[in-house]
Amino acid sequence: MLAKRIIPCLDIKDGKTVKGINFVNFRDAGDPVELGAQYSRAGADELVYLDITASHEGRKTFTELVKKVAAHISIPFTVGGGINELKDVDRLLSAGADKVSINSAALRRPELIEEIAKNFGSQVCVVAIDANFENENWLCYLHGGRIPTEKNLFDWAAEAEKRGAGEILFTSMTHDGVKDGYAHTALATLADSLHIPIIASGGAGKKQHFRDAFLEGKADAALAASVFHFGEIGIPELKEYLRKEGVNVRI
Amino acid sequence: MEVAIIKYNAGNIYSVDYALKRLGITPVVTADPEILQKADRVIFPGVGEASTTMKYLKERKMDELICNLKQPVLGVCLGMQLMCKHSQENDTDCLGIFDAQVKRFISQKQEEKVPHMGWNTLMEVKEGLFSPALENQYVYFVHSYYVPVNAFTAATTDYIQPFSAALHKDNFYATQFHPEKSGDIGEQILTNFLKL
Repeated sequence: MLAKRIIPCLDIKDGKTVKGINFVNFRDAGDPVELGAQYSRAGADELVYLDITASHEGRKTFTELVKKVAAHISIPFTVGGGINELKDVDRLLSAGADKVSINSAALRRPELIEEIAKNFGSQVCVVAIDANFENENWLCYLHGGRIPTEKNLFDWAAEAEKRGAGEILFTSMTHDGVKDGYAHTALATLADSLHIPIIASGGAGKKQHFRDAFLEGKADAALAASVFHFGEIGIPELKEYLRKEGVNVRI
Repeated sequence: MEVAIIKYNAGNIYSVDYALKRLGITPVVTADPEILQKADRVIFPGVGEASTTMKYLKERKMDELICNLKQPVLGVCLGMQLMCKHSQENDTDCLGIFDAQVKRFISQKQEEKVPHMGWNTLMEVKEGLFSPALENQYVYFVHSYYVPVNAFTAATTDYIQPFSAALHKDNFYATQFHPEKSGDIGEQILTNFLKL
């Protein structure tokens, strides 16, 4: 039986791991390759490395990091941040990434999804969506949650699937950093309407939140950062708990 | 030991290279027929689309070369599908090493997403490369097409219906999953292949 996936996310700035609290302030959380290897040993099913550096120099540093991760870690990993064109995708996949996650660039130019799917296959194309619940509507945001768009989460996710996305990584800005649970109602709506896997992101604080993302939100995978980085939840104990709760996980 | 990885127009070839290096083997990634024929082991990896990769292999006569290899050969993911007779993916005639068809997953329920992506268990694992010790172990899959259970099936996995997780015929071995991305279990399978 296909297992539900647990995915630690590592935000990378200038070659180091950081985690944003509500997308603004950062705290340091260690060496990305070593941290990734530790997660892999602890039972993480995949890893996400998100480059939040803006500079050209930073991009080069990140590509070097991707090569190191590919050389050292034997589970799949996705990379994201600053991917604007096919050339960026090619560079990161050639460095050894298994998948790329695109966000603002896809909102601005949705054809990018088709180009990635056509050139590298849908399975490498994760479309990340940052959305905030406001005025009874889930609104998509650009630039790590700084600039609102006109697009609705469900419409955009459906369009992304149609254009060839392999997975949707949905981050609820409303829930992110608050540690009060994932957006499981919105997740369930996505899971019931799309035919590609959904990764839940934003809001993990307790083990029960993961259970709810899988059982209430019907997510295929759950992503979290700070609860893992700061040792608040260990992946082995999380998976034991999930199995007892009736969620099929890889142990 | 000389291990050669077949270089062609498919993606993800270097992840197998990295995985072997973690096991202390430095493989050669090549399309050179002579090197491929002389290698002790050949790995045929790949992620991509069937018709464009088959066309590429045929134009370079690599199709005959692969079919005539005598040493242990391991196909991975698209590599395994190309080793079958025919793929529904753009109606493509493949290498025909395994007399089997490659079909597209058709979801029966809303929760059955395609591609089949993530960790799933091995079942009915046969002797040899895929030892029975691997029964119920999790390995990593990413694919939208599958090979039904057939005479060459060496292990099965259940998704929508049971399908071939691994195939074996003579010196040809193949996995639908990615041993190079399947953690310790994947490394064990690659080690078994090197020890054959």
